[in-house]
Amino acid sequence: MKRAVMKPILISAVLLAMTGAPAHALDPNEMFDDPVLEQRARDLGRELRCVKCRNQSIFDSNAGIAQDMRVVVRERIAAGDSDEEVLEWLRERYGDYVLLNPRATGQTALLWLAPLGFLVLSGLGAGVYLYRHAGGGDAPDPALSDEDRARAQALLSGREKTP
Amino acid sequence: MSVELGHFALILALVAALIQSSLPLWGALSGSAAAMRVGDRAAQIQFLGVAGAFAALTWAYVVSDFSVLSVAMNSHSSKPLLYKITGVWANHEGSMLLWVLMLALFGLLISVFGGVIPAALRATTLAVQAMVGVGFYLFILLTSNPFERIARPPLDGQGMNPLLQDIGIALHPPLLYMGYVGFSTAFSFAVAALITGRVDPAWARWMRPWVLLAWSGLTAGIALGSWWAYYELGWGGFWFWDPVENASFMPWLIGTALLHSAIVVEKRNALLKWTILLAILTFALSLIGTFLVRSGILTSVHAFATDPSRGAFILVLLSIYIGGALCLYAWRANAIRDTGVFALWSRESGLLLNNVLLVSVTGIVFVGTLYPLALELYNGAKITVGAPYFNQTFLPVFAAIMLVAALGPFLSWKRARRADVLRRAGWVLGLSVAGTAGIALGFGLREPVGLLGIVISLFLAIATLADLLRRAGVPGAPIGTVLRRIIGMPRSAWGLWIGHGGLALAAAGVVAVSVWSAEEIQTVRKGEETAVGPYSFALIDIENTQGPNYQTSIAALRVTRNGELVTMLFPERRWYPVEQQPTTEAGIRTLWHGDLYGVLGDPDGRGGYVTRYYYNPGVPWMWAGGALITLSGLISLTDRRLRVGAPSARRSRRRATPSPVAAE
Repeated sequence: MKRAVMKPILISAVLLAMTGAPAHALDPNEMFDDPVLEQRARDLGRELRCVKCRNQSIFDSNAGIAQDMRVVVRERIAAGDSDEEVLEWLRERYGDYVLLNPRATGQTALLWLAPLGFLVLSGLGAGVYLYRHAGGGDAPDPALSDEDRARAQALLSGREKTP
Repeated sequence: MSVELGHFALILALVAALIQSSLPLWGALSGSAAAMRVGDRAAQIQFLGVAGAFAALTWAYVVSDFSVLSVAMNSHSSKPLLYKITGVWANHEGSMLLWVLMLALFGLLISVFGGVIPAALRATTLAVQAMVGVGFYLFILLTSNPFERIARPPLDGQGMNPLLQDIGIALHPPLLYMGYVGFSTAFSFAVAALITGRVDPAWARWMRPWVLLAWSGLTAGIALGSWWAYYELGWGGFWFWDPVENASFMPWLIGTALLHSAIVVEKRNALLKWTILLAILTFALSLIGTFLVRSGILTSVHAFATDPSRGAFILVLLSIYIGGALCLYAWRANAIRDTGVFALWSRESGLLLNNVLLVSVTGIVFVGTLYPLALELYNGAKITVGAPYFNQTFLPVFAAIMLVAALGPFLSWKRARRADVLRRAGWVLGLSVAGTAGIALGFGLREPVGLLGIVISLFLAIATLADLLRRAGVPGAPIGTVLRRIIGMPRSAWGLWIGHGGLALAAAGVVAVSVWSAEEIQTVRKGEETAVGPYSFALIDIENTQGPNYQTSIAALRVTRNGELVTMLFPERRWYPVEQQPTTEAGIRTLWHGDLYGVLGDPDGRGGYVTRYYYNPGVPWMWAGGALITLSGLISLTDRRLRVGAPSARRSRRRATPSPVAAE
């Protein structure tokens, strides 16, 4: 009993200690002087996941590892890599896990086909429903003859009883 | 002592739920009015039980009773009273107690305000509602008991994550649960309809207010959570496609589809089966959301439960409720017949298209959220599905949803005149393209994606306004008549305009901030100025001081435009010694067109400070849009035909609950 109680306390103590680590938000020292390169580095940073974080990009994260990864990204950019090459360089070292935009491969085929699949399936379902239930074409012209109009006026003003 | 009473009250609620889930159902099936009436009483007793349990736990937090495990783990004596109270639901056990409190609250409301609902349907609905309750009471009592004591209480508690010590995030769970859990009513009504075999426009009218209430709460909850992330996390982001966010977004999307399809049932007696299925799926996604967050299967910013036994328990509950409901659906739904007939060009078709698209985006978010989990279970591969995926898949379909939302109101029920609709759509398109061109030239904006977003937002806004004006008699009617008609419009029509208008406004805000925000990150010394878009930010001073349970550095930033003072911002960097954790409090000034946003970072040790400055255009529109969408649900809720005591409703009440004498 006592151990069962203590375990979560210990875990949360460890977690608290970990979160107490100093913050490493994007630091001006890391940044390029060239605004074009800096923009590329930031855009790439939004495509990469901080490997130790809970679903944050390295651009957003304050974790130390995210800072290290940002520095790597900038080193690769400075070395003349294209955006694709930078992403590939990191993917080789950290795995597909770092890519926030998953590659289209055999194992992500379903993921990338799913949106279209949902649209087609639900569209088909609606189409079948319409085919079965829809009746009639375009609405007739609602224009009223003078006689209709007069009758409607009479009905509205209560001079004539509803048929 | 009060803690044990709370524990006891929770068991009492379980017993009440057991009775409520069986006796009224038997009564409805066998026609015993007395047994059916038990449902109302049981729902009230059940609510009193949970409310008592909740009050007892809250009291333990207020008086810092550290002999209670939950309090010791999640609270601290130095915390301000407000956060002691909100701390009740900022942890797994307490938040599950809030979950069942909401569930019982909706049961109570149905028993009190559901007088218009025929006795058999009401009794069955309450029974289903209680069946859901039984599962979650057992879950709490068996795996997540908030009233567990510790033999040797610590001198003080462990504190609460300081990020959560904030009024925005404190109110977020109750609103979110109002939505999540409120959708249980849709589920209960749907299952009850399948059991009693009665589905008709009246059924939709009885169900819809509860869905509206839940949906409004969920909208407000999501907006509040997003707002909190924006001002508290300190980098100006507001939506991260985080799995926990998605868990609340999926029920919202499909719940929106449900709201719209229920209108078709109510007005035209069509889409009956589909609406029942949607009601089941909406609550299914709420349960899946609860499972994802509460089981700890996702590890993300907000998820804090990590015990897998709990996950398995919720998974079993999920399978029983959703599997059971779907089996019942497969068995009984074929008896339901749609009678409404409509043309291809009609309001019904428009709402059907709305449903196709909303269900598709729900599916997209579902797959994107669960794919990494499924893949890892399947072959151990670890991938990430992040914001870029959702931006590419979700946004195009959502743009289509906005176009349908714009055109839907132009379509008349049953049969619309295609030529009229196309002509009006053409006008609106022309106006929105012209408006966008004007904005682009006036402000020198170029990005094609942003301009497309502006066109779509304007299209929805203008179409919504045009629909309002046309219904008021513009052009043609004299101004006095127009005004009188506008005031006299039914509330449900206002719900449409305000909701769609709010969506247009929020979308415009999202587009503006995504494409045209200005951001600068730099190390500055006192007095140094930095240009951010058209503004100039200067760090004036930094003051170190002490809060109730934290130390803080407050910066004074002066923001000027063309040399003229616009505002002062006071961002903070706080340090919470109990939790050993820093937080940032952004300094924000909201102008009508955007936010000025300053964040104070670490000192560099040489007299400089890292600062982040932003100009975020459109952000206030997002929050205003969220507020309008929430309001639209509440306004529809007050519509005459949904109101208790409306003439037609009173007649059905008399028919529904005959007195014993009359029955004889």
